[in-house]
Amino acid sequence: MGVIAVAGLTRITGWVFDVVSELQKRANPVKPPLLDILAPSSLAEALSLLSEHGDAAMPLAGGQSLVPLLNFRLSRPDILVDLNRIANLAYIKDVGDQIAIGAMTRERAIEESDLVRQVSPLLQEATTQIAHLPIRSRGTIGGSLANADPAAEYPAVVLALECEIVVQSVRGERRIKAADFFEDILTTALAPDELLTEITVPKAPVGSGSAFVEIARRHGDYALAGVAAQITFANGAPTDVRLAVCGAGTTASRLTVAEEIIQRYGVGAEAIKAASDAAAASVDPMSDLHASADYRRRLAGVMTSQAVEKAAQRAGVRS
Amino acid sequence: MVDTMPSYIGRSVVRREDNRLLKGAGTFVGDMKLEGMVHVAIVRSQQAHARINSVDLEAARNADGVVLALAGAELKDVLPPISGMQVAAPKGWRDGMDPHIEIPDQTLVPYDKLRYVGEPYALVVAGDRYMAEDAAELIEGDFEPLPPVANAEVALDAEALVHDHLPGNIAATLHAKKGDGEAALATAPHRLKRRYFHHRYAAMPMECRGVVAEYDSRTDSITVWSSTQVVHWVRREVANALGMPEDRVRVVAPDVGGGFGGKGHVYPEDILIAYLAKRLGRPVKWLEDRHEHLLNAAHSRDNLFDIEVGYDDDGRISVVKNYFLVDSGAYSPVGAAIAGNSIAHFMGPYDIPHYEADCKVMMTNRTPNAPYRGAGRPEVAFAMERSIDLIANELGLDPAEVRFRNMIQPEQMPYAVGLPYRDGVMIEYDSGDYPEALRKALDGIGGLDAFRARQKEALADGRYLGLGLGCYVEGTGIGPFEGATVKIDSSGKVMVATGACPQGQGHETAFAQVAADIWNVDIDDVVVTLADTSHVTMGYGTIASRSAVTASGAIKDSSDKVKEKVFAIAANVLEASESDLELRGGSVGVIGVPEMSMTLKEVARAALPGWIHQRPEGIEAGLEGTAYYEPPTVTWAYAANAAILEIDAQTGVVKIENYVEVHDAGTLINPGIADGQVKGGLVQGIGGGLFEELSYDEHGQLMTGSFMDYLLPTASDVPPINVIHTETPSPRNSFGFKGLGEGGAIAPPVVIANAVCDALKSFGAEINSTPVRAEQILNILDAGVAAAE
Repeated sequence: MGVIAVAGLTRITGWVFDVVSELQKRANPVKPPLLDILAPSSLAEALSLLSEHGDAAMPLAGGQSLVPLLNFRLSRPDILVDLNRIANLAYIKDVGDQIAIGAMTRERAIEESDLVRQVSPLLQEATTQIAHLPIRSRGTIGGSLANADPAAEYPAVVLALECEIVVQSVRGERRIKAADFFEDILTTALAPDELLTEITVPKAPVGSGSAFVEIARRHGDYALAGVAAQITFANGAPTDVRLAVCGAGTTASRLTVAEEIIQRYGVGAEAIKAASDAAAASVDPMSDLHASADYRRRLAGVMTSQAVEKAAQRAGVRS
Repeated sequence: MVDTMPSYIGRSVVRREDNRLLKGAGTFVGDMKLEGMVHVAIVRSQQAHARINSVDLEAARNADGVVLALAGAELKDVLPPISGMQVAAPKGWRDGMDPHIEIPDQTLVPYDKLRYVGEPYALVVAGDRYMAEDAAELIEGDFEPLPPVANAEVALDAEALVHDHLPGNIAATLHAKKGDGEAALATAPHRLKRRYFHHRYAAMPMECRGVVAEYDSRTDSITVWSSTQVVHWVRREVANALGMPEDRVRVVAPDVGGGFGGKGHVYPEDILIAYLAKRLGRPVKWLEDRHEHLLNAAHSRDNLFDIEVGYDDDGRISVVKNYFLVDSGAYSPVGAAIAGNSIAHFMGPYDIPHYEADCKVMMTNRTPNAPYRGAGRPEVAFAMERSIDLIANELGLDPAEVRFRNMIQPEQMPYAVGLPYRDGVMIEYDSGDYPEALRKALDGIGGLDAFRARQKEALADGRYLGLGLGCYVEGTGIGPFEGATVKIDSSGKVMVATGACPQGQGHETAFAQVAADIWNVDIDDVVVTLADTSHVTMGYGTIASRSAVTASGAIKDSSDKVKEKVFAIAANVLEASESDLELRGGSVGVIGVPEMSMTLKEVARAALPGWIHQRPEGIEAGLEGTAYYEPPTVTWAYAANAAILEIDAQTGVVKIENYVEVHDAGTLINPGIADGQVKGGLVQGIGGGLFEELSYDEHGQLMTGSFMDYLLPTASDVPPINVIHTETPSPRNSFGFKGLGEGGAIAPPVVIANAVCDALKSFGAEINSTPVRAEQILNILDAGVAAAE
């Protein structure tokens, strides 16, 4: 098992440490190190702070991953740029064939949003499965995506929905396709001076069905495997199949082979079985204390078949 | 005023402590703030086994806000180790257990070598905890790694020694016999031989540990507030270490957020913080964080059994041989107590003529192992109850039937087991109807036959349902004693203080109920003081499911002393004969003459010393009595568990559909509290059965140092639980009480394992270790499918 523990810690994210960094050599106290907290009230101010301080600063969104990292002193920024006082970064807007969600929108607000429920049931369902209510009440969609935990729900969702991630810096705005955003464990395309500010979510097409399913050792834990499915049907046949997996590799990823199988052979039992097998074969999970790589791979397959079945049922294609 | 009070014992009186606890108004060690208080951060070993060459404190001493930084070498000749870690072993126990015990002393802060990940080797005192942590980071140790003794199994033959004076890493051996095991095995028609492993997990109270101490130079006295279950034990060790009279050391456990045994002994920090407060002349606080708690607070379980059972064609067990290793970690804070419990409880509710047990308590480079809810009983219940299911499988009998055939029948009570208990008395189960408990448990899950029919139908649909059973008995209310002081002052209130140290289990209410009944007063006229050494001279504490029995006994005995005076004085004042008097509703009165009475308040005033007293000749002043109740031996609680679960064939995940425990703890003081206690224990047992695990790698490195990896059951992991209480009074005390604090936690791991094996019987499933994991279940299903193909 490739798990390394330092003073009893193997991970503080949904993923195990893969290296013993300089930071982890210490005694792992549970109080944050000395740092400055800057609390800008506007986006412009925040961006200029990030530009000024570069690697020394870290943005603080909901704090549900960062604060534990700080307390264990596994993360030691000199400066925290607290985004919580920036008024206009939390919103859910209807913009034509998309919705735009501000990066500081709390997960709980997404879960409770009628608009999200109507136009992006996948996003809504996935949100309900994030951790526990107190965590969703603080945690933000932007924070979760920027943290890029490979076992978290949102990265898989934005991949399946082919969302765009809007990032800004003093240098200007970039719009990054979800497929180009996640680079490695806890690593994204964001530059140190850039801030994730918005996510645009395409509305679910008419005739589509979706599902987010995951399995964890306990309710609310990071998923051992989770699958997001967004499938559009025409006359009972899939026309656009999007499947994405979390918890089964260094980043969330699309299950392209499984997608092709469903696209080509439909959602009959045999096709789903084949897609499930393909999904299992395509992921490259890691062993940890809670599940071996083999078991995670197996679960990725099981979650794939469950997600496809549910999505098809919801589209009225399977009973 | 009503004439007599209804009995409070047996009623679910609302818990008086909840008024503050539910409002967030409790006071825990963490809430304490004293003027000038400084804070401690402890630097802990990150290696399992290492020689300490040097510890460099220079940078820490120069850091901002640091008052003191020190390492073990500085304390070597100042503070003695915690000694006498073997709790007193009476002769009867030694005669029956053949003990060879060399439990090592625990140095408070080691100066020569480190023996487990989490062991302290230096500390910093600073103006606040942040500064203390900052400085602690600057402490550099030069350590020479030693080969780790990773677990009990390898410890025997390991070249490395955890303690140089303990060859083979053996800290204790115990050996007990009943009948002739060897001969019985030789002649048994069938034999079952198995290895069972009960894994390491821990109490994990919601509140971690913590200590605050304040020294008063005027009176040369010290007060220690500790989140502990044993204030008197802490007082003794602090007094010993600091060379102070016990009378000048006051130890208080304020509100305590759970203990479950994990706070049931003295830890180095209890003494260190007191020492620092005296040395610095300032209040000192140390609050254990969860990471420290996982590394350093006692772990538990972690036993490996090699079992042989002899039985006949009917499934009747004639003999059990029980050879086991306890992985005690680097020290053994309560000596061989857990191992002794395991030996004594193995046969549970079954009538087994021959038994032999052999145990080694092993030292390893792991966190010390101490009792946790169940304390040696869940481990042996696992081995015994798994064995019964395996025998049933071998013979094609229902596991329930094999249990019924082996159970001690009610007419055999009291039943002599043939082994000594830890208190030195030969074990005699005092009362109960074990088969009836199992029948009720089976009724509770809807009946055995109905379930078997349902199981068969489900299997035809490709669904796997299983029934798990688990029975146990539990010695409770152990001595050696508990103390109580009862007083009635001029307010007329009945004031009760005992050495019991509650951790949330409702003692303030339960003992008020007991005292209210003893005195026939309104419960609101009873004032209860607990967990404070200044109120009771000698006390023992709340461990081992003992307080309901022992503290109640002490309250009764001390009350009896006070009652003698109350009656003598009242007889004097009322000019009546003592034998004509009765207690009624807060008064003492002449039986049958309602108008002839005086209140306890009036009696207390009449009892005052001085010119105006109304005491008869020979009766000393004051209404105050202290007694130390020494129970004759333990009382025997028991339970039968039955649970139905379903396995998801795709993922291996277990879903418990219904969990029933029939529990008998004699007369219940407060059924609501009792119900909560048993359910809480069951949830901890389910946690141990499915989720909680302290994992180490082969280097002795702990892998589960946060709640990311140590998985406690949460509310959504708790299945429907039905506790059915039966009440068979114990004949061993006047109330009929038995203890119930630990019981719930004993059976779930084996009940779950048995149920999974029952569900997957057609696959030849055998799960002989804990925790039971979905992945393992899926492997069984896969292997079965592969075999079928």
